[in-house]
Amino acid sequence: MGYITDEQPLNYPIDNPTVLEPPTEWAELRQKCPVARVKLASGDEASLVTRYEDVKNVLADPRFTRPSAANEGARVSEDESGGVFNSEMATVLPQSGEGHRQWRRLLNRYFTAKRMAALRPRIEAMADQLIDGMLEQGHPADLKAGLAFPLPVWVICSILGVPDSDRDKFAYWSDTLLSMTRYTREEIGKAQAEFGAYLAGHVAAKRAEPGDDLLSELITYTDAEGQPLSDAILVATGQGLLVAGHETTANMIAKMMAMLLSDRSRWERLLEDRSLIRSATEEALRLDVNAGFGMLRYIDADFEVGDTVVPAGTTVVCSMAAANRDENAFERADEMDLARTPNPHLSFGAGAHSCLGQALARTELQVVLDVLLRRLPSLELAVPADELRRVEGLLVGGLRELPVAW
Amino acid sequence: MKVSVDEDKCCGAGSCVLAAPDVFDQRDEDGIVVLLDAEPGEHLHTAVREAADVCPAAAIMLADRT
Repeated sequence: MGYITDEQPLNYPIDNPTVLEPPTEWAELRQKCPVARVKLASGDEASLVTRYEDVKNVLADPRFTRPSAANEGARVSEDESGGVFNSEMATVLPQSGEGHRQWRRLLNRYFTAKRMAALRPRIEAMADQLIDGMLEQGHPADLKAGLAFPLPVWVICSILGVPDSDRDKFAYWSDTLLSMTRYTREEIGKAQAEFGAYLAGHVAAKRAEPGDDLLSELITYTDAEGQPLSDAILVATGQGLLVAGHETTANMIAKMMAMLLSDRSRWERLLEDRSLIRSATEEALRLDVNAGFGMLRYIDADFEVGDTVVPAGTTVVCSMAAANRDENAFERADEMDLARTPNPHLSFGAGAHSCLGQALARTELQVVLDVLLRRLPSLELAVPADELRRVEGLLVGGLRELPVAW
Repeated sequence: MKVSVDEDKCCGAGSCVLAAPDVFDQRDEDGIVVLLDAEPGEHLHTAVREAADVCPAAAIMLADRT
């Protein structure tokens, strides 16, 4: 199959037919057009890869970098600032090579499996508290507003040491950073400046009075030459963790619950066998059709994807969600198998840049599922699954709300 | 089964620890993989294979010993 250049590019992102079903184009692209020309909301063109092996190889290949103003990669959004991938946050933090490796290893220590296991009782207590609140209010209730959204915000605020009373601000700043079409360039610029100023103030306060949290620890860190991290890096790291730590997980909790409750035999199977919680959360991650935009990569040399040559200067869009349904990588790929093991899905990416917070996300998903099975065994959707609505215009995908009853 | 790990490739995701905690751990200071048992008993083989399969950095290598 050749590199398609003579046809009209496909508009990207591609819409799903319903909120829980994948676009029919995914299977077609994987079969017939593994490297497809697409047009982004900015009007820029890019190449979309959808096969499991291709997506994994592109994500893990160190020759790829992020598209940026410097390398003339494609921009995601309509406005000229180009969205989160071209934000100041993305340019201050080391993106590749030894610099990235050191920064990554410095942060890894806060997100190890062991640390997350130690955090688990606190996350459980938070989930219980939020469910108490839902029970007081009565049903039908919105599981997203009542549990899925606040929980990850509480958790990441507590890890970072920022007050969760400011969470409405974080949600707005985060939405603007992740905007594809929702906000204007002016709105995004203003929000980013406010977000930066807020965290700079916070870093200064922690410097004066350190606490028992990630930002306080990073402030006192010095490298092998005795150099501390710059304020710009501290602020960008805080921003990155706040944005990455709440929106994606909040959405994933709601989407996982929608998948499990839309066919209630899945929920019942988990009620009977709690040992499936871990594999069930992985399967929900694999089958998420509202994963959002995917990952962007840029390459300045010719690169082979399968038997197609992608020319130097191409921006590649990796659709992990499409790759996760590749029949060549997963048996019965479209089927939700709560016991699927192993499940090497690509929802957290692959290679040196794979999600830093994946152990945290996994822990949060598992805890929510465990606590809901225990507290609300009679849980069910309060509307037909086809009436669920998507969030529009952001790079991360999710449901607007998840009405439930019990 | 003989297990080896590539610390250089490891990205510290911790998925091996979640899959096979008797065989893998992470260093406290940077999250990099620590191999606890290079020749795990047969009852651990399924979990170790899972850990190798789901490693996002392909940093776990398995060799069958005959």
